[in-house]
Amino acid sequence: MIRSAVLAELKDIISDEFVVCNIGIPSQELHALDDQPTNFYMLGTMGLASSIGLGLALVQKQNVIAIDGDGSILTNLGTLATIANNATGNFTLLIIDNGSYGSTGDQPTYAGQKTALAAVARACGCRNVAEVPGKETAAAVKAALACDEMTIIVSKCASGNRKEPVITMDPVVIRDRFMRTLAQRNGNVPKEGIRAAG
Amino acid sequence: MNINDRIVAGFVAGDVGFVTTVPCKQLAGVIDALEAHPDIMHVPSNKEDEGMGLCAGAWMGGTRPAIIMQNTAIGVTINTLVTLIQYYRMPLPMLISYRGELGEPVACQAEMAVHTKALLAQMHIPTYHFHQQSDVEEFDAILEYTFMCNKPVAILTDATFWGGY
Ligand SMILES: [Mg+2]
Repeated sequence: MIRSAVLAELKDIISDEFVVCNIGIPSQELHALDDQPTNFYMLGTMGLASSIGLGLALVQKQNVIAIDGDGSILTNLGTLATIANNATGNFTLLIIDNGSYGSTGDQPTYAGQKTALAAVARACGCRNVAEVPGKETAAAVKAALACDEMTIIVSKCASGNRKEPVITMDPVVIRDRFMRTLAQRNGNVPKEGIRAAG
Repeated sequence: MNINDRIVAGFVAGDVGFVTTVPCKQLAGVIDALEAHPDIMHVPSNKEDEGMGLCAGAWMGGTRPAIIMQNTAIGVTINTLVTLIQYYRMPLPMLISYRGELGEPVACQAEMAVHTKALLAQMHIPTYHFHQQSDVEEFDAILEYTFMCNKPVAILTDATFWGGY
């Protein structure tokens, strides 16, 4: 089971949730599968999906799911310590661990070798960590959304990508529609992102 | 009011509710004051690019953010500033300890100091330099400016400003 198949099974569960998606092919696959204003696609800056997701979850009440990869987590490994020490029940970190840098030619990552990201997350102090095979990921995410405790899911799947188009949407459009939808869901008019006349 | 409390009061007056920090000796007092303030959520970062990710999330979540870091972090965060903060047009006040200036005891700090303003200028980041303590009087206006224009904005604070350390 490759990442795109995991995302396809997640579609109905996360379609209406606020999702921050990892750079490169993961965002392209999610965008092609189910583009939503509740999706924030990272177009640059490898490694920060989990940090953006945590920042979002800490300041408001809606559930936030960060869909990250093993390579991106390894790039920003300190994020697991920050997440553990600032745990918030509305945050779910889904690490799709295919053991490779999927967007750059499927080079192997250390997570596919000796490094176990679930164990790293636990050692960082994350309490609710589940390592699941790809086919059990949708059920694990569903459970995480229903649960009040922050959850880290490491979804072990195979290396491989679907060929999907590059996202050409303007970055400001991506984040503005995301912010407005989130503010509306929270019952707020966004303080930022709207210019007063004059 | 001491300079640390003055800066924290400026953040509060500017409606900044989320601050991430990577420490510097010069910034120790302001970080302590932030941590103690009930109106500000303080989340320490391990690295400054991670901190900018947190700030991006906080802002999209409806809370004004800020980052406090050392000028050496400019070398760490160029890609994040350009491809996250600037590309998605997000505001980010950066209160930066400007190490390697007059009074600096650690020679290596001068190496990054000589690149700091050039790198900020290359990225077209509005940059303010606090040298005398009275320069802090512009702090509130700089915050307003940052959230008006949705840009990263740098405030360099040198050893003279902090009164030595
Ligand atoms: Mg991968």
